[in-house]
Amino acid sequence: MSAGAPILEVRGLRIRRGGADLLDLPELSVAQGETLSLIGPNGAGKSTLLLALSGIESPYAGELLFRGARIPAGAAALGYRRRVAMVFQEPLLFDTTVFENVATGLRLRDLPKGEIARRVAESLERFKIGHLASRSARTLSGGEAQRASIARALAVAPEILLLDEPFAALDPPAREALLEDLAHTLRETGTTTVFATHDRTEAQRLADRVAVLDCGRLRQIGTADEVLRRPADTFVAAFVGVENLLPIRLVPAAAGGEFRALLIGVGLSRGDDGHDGVSLEIGGAAPGLTVGSAGLLCVRPEDVEIEVAAAAAAPNRLPGTVVAVVQQGPFLKVSVECGVMIVALISGHLARELAVRPGSPVTVALPLSNLYAIPQG
Amino acid sequence: MDLIWQGIRQAFGLIFGLDAEVWRISLLSLRISGTATFISLLLGVSAGTALALTRFPGRRILVSLVNTGMGLPPVVVGLFVSIFLWRNGPLGFLGLLYTPTAMILAQSVIATPIVTGISLAAIQQLPRKLRLQILALGATRWQMVRLLLREARLPLLAAVMAGFGGVISEVGASIMVGGNIKGSTRVLTTATVMETGRGNFDIAIALSVILLLLTFAVNALLTRIQQAERPR
Repeated sequence: MSAGAPILEVRGLRIRRGGADLLDLPELSVAQGETLSLIGPNGAGKSTLLLALSGIESPYAGELLFRGARIPAGAAALGYRRRVAMVFQEPLLFDTTVFENVATGLRLRDLPKGEIARRVAESLERFKIGHLASRSARTLSGGEAQRASIARALAVAPEILLLDEPFAALDPPAREALLEDLAHTLRETGTTTVFATHDRTEAQRLADRVAVLDCGRLRQIGTADEVLRRPADTFVAAFVGVENLLPIRLVPAAAGGEFRALLIGVGLSRGDDGHDGVSLEIGGAAPGLTVGSAGLLCVRPEDVEIEVAAAAAAPNRLPGTVVAVVQQGPFLKVSVECGVMIVALISGHLARELAVRPGSPVTVALPLSNLYAIPQG
Repeated sequence: MDLIWQGIRQAFGLIFGLDAEVWRISLLSLRISGTATFISLLLGVSAGTALALTRFPGRRILVSLVNTGMGLPPVVVGLFVSIFLWRNGPLGFLGLLYTPTAMILAQSVIATPIVTGISLAAIQQLPRKLRLQILALGATRWQMVRLLLREARLPLLAAVMAGFGGVISEVGASIMVGGNIKGSTRVLTTATVMETGRGNFDIAIALSVILLLLTFAVNALLTRIQQAERPR
């Protein structure tokens, strides 16, 4: 999807309020039909960026381009605003029926009655709330209200859909069901979407690309897999849930590969290149890291494999002892002391098969392709 | 107590006996206070909405003045409107003093801050993000204001009731600028004061009951509109 022509471009966007920079984005583009997810902690600038992209809040420095043309400010932005729709964290429904709520954007555009009825019915059905059309919006559950809010936004057939944490206030079943329906709709309609969230799993589910924002600045942008497995720095790594940040030094690759990493503080014997530590084959390193650089090795807990103790001699494997096993959702989070602490997420089935419990000797396997070195600090 | 019962009986007698003078002053009360309420709605809802949606230096002082104006004493309004409309006053050339128009003017001055203050609060209590959401649905600024007013319609109807209640019941301004002239500017409140002064308590009570019934009827109608149209 991300290969399409840019429908939205941000150039040198700078938004200041009360003497502080809320947003400072030198460059960002969104391709036609793409779903771009903005992730970051509270105050990262996600909502500020969405409001600027919506054409509602225009006092900023820099340029926003829609299909190559600058988005005008103030009342002149109406034409652009009518090609965009936005959904907020709160459903913000009007005190009227669900039908009238979903019809609002269409009425504002003075569409004929028949056309309004058809598009409202279609949008309600798409989000499985057709049976609620005549109900008062005030009587809806949180999940139903947010469905109505998204149906209202999509009823106007926007060229760009902006979503500002629309699932944040929903309980897990309602969130899961709506996420599924929205993902289906976006696939079907091909609507270009910019979607702010602080939940990386939502970003993974919906997004073609993920942009990580912090304090108004873009820290990294790439596919979900790139951002989750090849974070640009320690902030991104921590935010996207890379729980294993292992101290390393880069050493020359044996053959073929670019680098190897020497895991500092692990193993009693010297590595085969004469340095202290265990040598690991790694999948890549951040730009700027060279042989001899100290860094951190990023490994996601779900990418760490736990094996029986006997396999420890094989490459990229470390012997260790289980120190803690904690249930985390449907998985078990296993902490293994290997000289450094390594955290793995494994299924309950595997844990039973390998008899993983505190005190068990195990082997930790670190798959080469999922090991990525980043600079320290 | 006998006096009160006698007054109530007399009130119904005057209403159902189709007493021409009583019907005339009742309808004049309704016309003057209704017109003043309508004018205060036009001015008050516009001013309240503008104050709620804009930010400018001195806004807070203006809001304080509006809130103070909600308790404006009718006699003070009556005094200043009289001075303005007095033969030698700035608007004396209009010749409006002691006319129903002067009473409408005075009552509008009383009701406008009430409607402005309640409208301001009604719009301000809506979530700030609702404005953004309306704009994000493709609304022009005027469409946004219209939708916000529709969303605040329940407290706005309360503003109508408060404005009407404030002016239908006041006597100070009406008597000062209207003069309680029989057949011209006599309304229920001024007539009640006059009859009480003359010691005709039964007639005064009867007029009071009619005033209360009139106020109740108008507010019952507005309450019906306010409460009936909400979808279930």
